Amino acid sequence: MKLASCAKAAVLPLLVGACQYQRYQSDFGRAGVEDRDFLTLFWIFLGVCAFMYVLVIAFLLAGIARRNRALEANIVESGRHHESHPLMRSGLIGWGALIGVGLIGLTIASFFADRSMAEAARNDKLSVTITGNQWWWDIVYNSADASKTLRTANELHLPVGVPTHIILHSGDVIHSFWVPSLAGKQDLIPGRENGITVVPKVTGMFRGQCAEFCGTQHAHMSLVVVVESYPDFLNWWHHQLQPAPVPRTPLAMAGYKYVVSGPCSACHNIGGTPASGQIAPDLTHLASRRSLAAGTLPMSTGNLYGWVEDPQSLKPGVKMPTIGLEPDQLHAVVAYLETLK
Amino acid sequence: MSSRFRASVLLIGAAALTLSACNREEHHSRAKPIGETVPAGESPPTIFPGSSNPPPLDVRASFYDNNANAISQGQQLYMQMNCVGCHSHGGGGMGPPLMDDEWRYGERIDQIATTIAEGRPNGMPAWRGKLTEDQIWDLAAYVRSLSGLPSKDAVSSRSESMSAGTPQTLTAHPETNNSDAAQQ
Repeated sequence: MKLASCAKAAVLPLLVGACQYQRYQSDFGRAGVEDRDFLTLFWIFLGVCAFMYVLVIAFLLAGIARRNRALEANIVESGRHHESHPLMRSGLIGWGALIGVGLIGLTIASFFADRSMAEAARNDKLSVTITGNQWWWDIVYNSADASKTLRTANELHLPVGVPTHIILHSGDVIHSFWVPSLAGKQDLIPGRENGITVVPKVTGMFRGQCAEFCGTQHAHMSLVVVVESYPDFLNWWHHQLQPAPVPRTPLAMAGYKYVVSGPCSACHNIGGTPASGQIAPDLTHLASRRSLAAGTLPMSTGNLYGWVEDPQSLKPGVKMPTIGLEPDQLHAVVAYLETLK
Repeated sequence: MSSRFRASVLLIGAAALTLSACNREEHHSRAKPIGETVPAGESPPTIFPGSSNPPPLDVRASFYDNNANAISQGQQLYMQMNCVGCHSHGGGGMGPPLMDDEWRYGERIDQIATTIAEGRPNGMPAWRGKLTEDQIWDLAAYVRSLSGLPSKDAVSSRSESMSAGTPQTLTAHPETNNSDAAQQ
């Protein structure tokens, strides 16, 4: 009774977790080709191994139950096999054959999973370069046409069904790119190029997370992945390629003046303005994103106020300094940032 | 009471005393609310090279000087703000070298911070308003470390940024004991 309730307590949260986050951030999301292949492989391995395990335990229990009949055990141990029961001999040979068949089955299953992923990697249609930084993701959509090359940050948009090759770099320390619903982990290593191909199979929103400890704000280094239909993706791309809109209200105009002449522009880039820093996330279409500071906060006016005024209290150690804006400057800067749709 | 017992008690006492002397360096992620480096409207007295009577040491100097965190943050800023463009990695180029012992506007950290904040004639831009006070002091701490002024234990032995060269762990160590090699 007690054992059963213990087992329930251990397994139930796992099951609930698997259901609730089935899509958003889960290895059981089945939202990408690699994830599906691996999950299928996982279930096959689990089934085969569980079957063998149950069999071994059953024989062990039977052996314990028959422990007093030591005669037959002695026959096997002393090598006098010809004296043993014929049923016992064929049982042992069958056991060996079962192990062989099981292992060959697992090898074949993993071979096909491997080929399926290699096939996806060979047919990539889209190339994205992601650079991990402490503690945000720099995302560049590569294109042969330089005017179509797009730089954004912390929000990755992917077209559904299109194999996308993601080139992984690091700007400082080792990070790891991990969108569990789509694919496995891949490290971003400073000075080296790494890569992973993802093929999203369903539309939706997924969460990615840095999976290699990279400093104090490692936990706040997440990535929103939006998988959408191909036309939606192209619309998004074309919209993101536009320069930042010109501010219309006097307040936003004042914010614009502060942003392009003050400390913001030393690090941040805003397309179509003199702000052209390259060491911090691109802000050209900041307000169109779903999160702030690499998934630390959801995008909202209040959070923008908090973040711009005092990033160090929301994400201590982040490279963005607390500048100490005066209230009127803060109102203006937030008003301007909100126009960056 | 045996002498061995007394010795171990003494040892534990000494260890506890030593531990209490350990002082972890404070990492500041937020600048303290501090005033301007130079009072507004007043011309800094160190603007002229070779000034003979520098002002008293700024109170913030002790906070940033010999602070390992400030030095490594300053090192990152040095690369990010492209100080390398003129000063190279300390060797100088279009701008004066920073790794020698010649300081036109003073070698103290507050004097260097003022130089960064206000700019200097013949090319050094003013960073006031582009960087925060905290960042300027971090940079000054790093610039000072280029010429080996801060204590060794505060200065990082490796670069914060990636280097294009062979990692130090892979380069051959220079022969340190030539006499041994000659004897063989």
